Amino acid sequence: MTDRPPVSDWAKDFDHLDPRWVTEPYQIWDELRRQCPVAHTERYNGVYFPSRYADIRAIAYDTEHFSSRRVVVREMPPRVPTDSAKPKSPPGASTLASPPITSDPPYHRPARMLLLPAFTPDAIGRLEAKTRAICGDLIDRFASNDRCDAATDYAQHVPVAVIAHMLGLPEGDGEKFRRWIHLLLHEGIAENASFAQALAEMDDYFRVQIVSRRSVPGEDLITFLLGAQMEDQPLSDEHIIGTLRLLLIAGIDTTWSAIGSCLWHLAQHRDDRRRLVTEPALMPLAVEEFLRAYAPVTMARQVAKETTVGGCPFKEREMVLLSFPAANRDPEVFPQADRVLIDRAENRHAAFGLGIHRCIGSNLARMEITVALEEWLTRIPDFDLADPASVTWSHGPVRGPRKLPVVFR
Amino acid sequence: MPEHKVLQVIVDPERCQGHNRCKAIAPSLFELDELGHARVVGDGMVPPGLEDKARLAEANCPEFAIKVAQA
Ligand code: HEM
Ligand code: SF4
Repeated sequence: MTDRPPVSDWAKDFDHLDPRWVTEPYQIWDELRRQCPVAHTERYNGVYFPSRYADIRAIAYDTEHFSSRRVVVREMPPRVPTDSAKPKSPPGASTLASPPITSDPPYHRPARMLLLPAFTPDAIGRLEAKTRAICGDLIDRFASNDRCDAATDYAQHVPVAVIAHMLGLPEGDGEKFRRWIHLLLHEGIAENASFAQALAEMDDYFRVQIVSRRSVPGEDLITFLLGAQMEDQPLSDEHIIGTLRLLLIAGIDTTWSAIGSCLWHLAQHRDDRRRLVTEPALMPLAVEEFLRAYAPVTMARQVAKETTVGGCPFKEREMVLLSFPAANRDPEVFPQADRVLIDRAENRHAAFGLGIHRCIGSNLARMEITVALEEWLTRIPDFDLADPASVTWSHGPVRGPRKLPVVFR
Repeated sequence: MPEHKVLQVIVDPERCQGHNRCKAIAPSLFELDELGHARVVGDGMVPPGLEDKARLAEANCPEFAIKVAQA
């Protein structure tokens, strides 16, 4: 990652890739919420950071002023010197179409409707046994040791195996998927070359899959998309590839981060561990609370038209970090917002977004998190962080532990 | 005998985005359509004993799509 100047003032010069923001963001957000509820930075060509639930909700609902054409804040490439005759658009800078997440009304709705039936609770329920088996196999590999890395030996593999199964892709390609995600969402935030390379590789990979499904259809989502119609037309290959890229990216890093954060919490809270082991019926509430407190996903919007929210002006073309994690920590909406209460009954959290882009994978993610925790706690009811200082966190739009060494008691 | 106040749940289909919190909390009060969006079971009348579940569903809907009112 490129060196970045230290932050002088979080309200006027924040940097969401600053090491402090990456490791311990909640205090910064709490302070901002009190002092400057819409922070701004000149970095990344201008970004706003609203930290109040009400403002984040208002922006998520206002698709007229806030566009999804860009949903990740990236370091823009320096201006290309004028001697390059034909300026190429920087790879993915503005038009990386992955419908429906990058679509605005009216294009968004049909692209979304298409996918919804495959992700209803009933459809997802049919994947539960498979997910349980995946988790069990993973635990078999380390259960007889006295330790493991809960992120790299466990959490990261669960969603990869499940989404590979849904898309009909070889499970053995998981390493490839994780590398692309790393290039796109982490390195690629600052390095355009990494970004472009991952895109090209994914493109090639999915084109091959599409060709093979055309000759030999399967029972997977790729086959489903090939047969799907939008406004009486089959989907273009570009649309299908964009959607596949989205499902792969949105399905893996997010859920892996959520499972990792749950285990990170449980490793440090013996009472919560015990309660979940002795009162398994609490699990649904606990999962919602972990999703609230450790919401992994921060989206972004581009200001399409100048407007004001929460009394603050938003200038056209600048970006907005849409921090569902910060919304979830707003004490106006969540009493004792900074405490993790695994039996919190009233919990209107926004971890899966708000409004028309509500996460399509939310039922899938909840199922995976629940099964992954249940299987883990059944086999490994008691565990601690091996060394708190060795835990590392991802930066960028998805936050979760990337190294999480634990010891079993 | 305590006086029974009959409640009714309503889902606003314009607001519902299919978070599925309501059905997870109160499966006998809410059902989902083929896209995963919620509607009330039957006429939405809350059977005695399920008032708390109805209120919890209302309080957990991220889109403020559920209303619980006196029938
Ligand atoms: C804990 C795990 C997950 C979290 C926290 C999460 C979070 C989110 C959020 C906040 C959005 C809203 C984006 C926006 O407003 O711009 C979103 C959208 C989306 N997510 Fe997830 N997600 C998770 C898992 C998944 C999974 C497993 C899948 C599918 C395999 C998935 C697929 C999608 C898709 C397709 C969209 C776009 C929906 C649209 O634009 O209409 N997500 N997700
Ligand atoms: S919780 Fe709200 S948004 Fe979600 S399905 Fe129920 S009514 Fe719809």
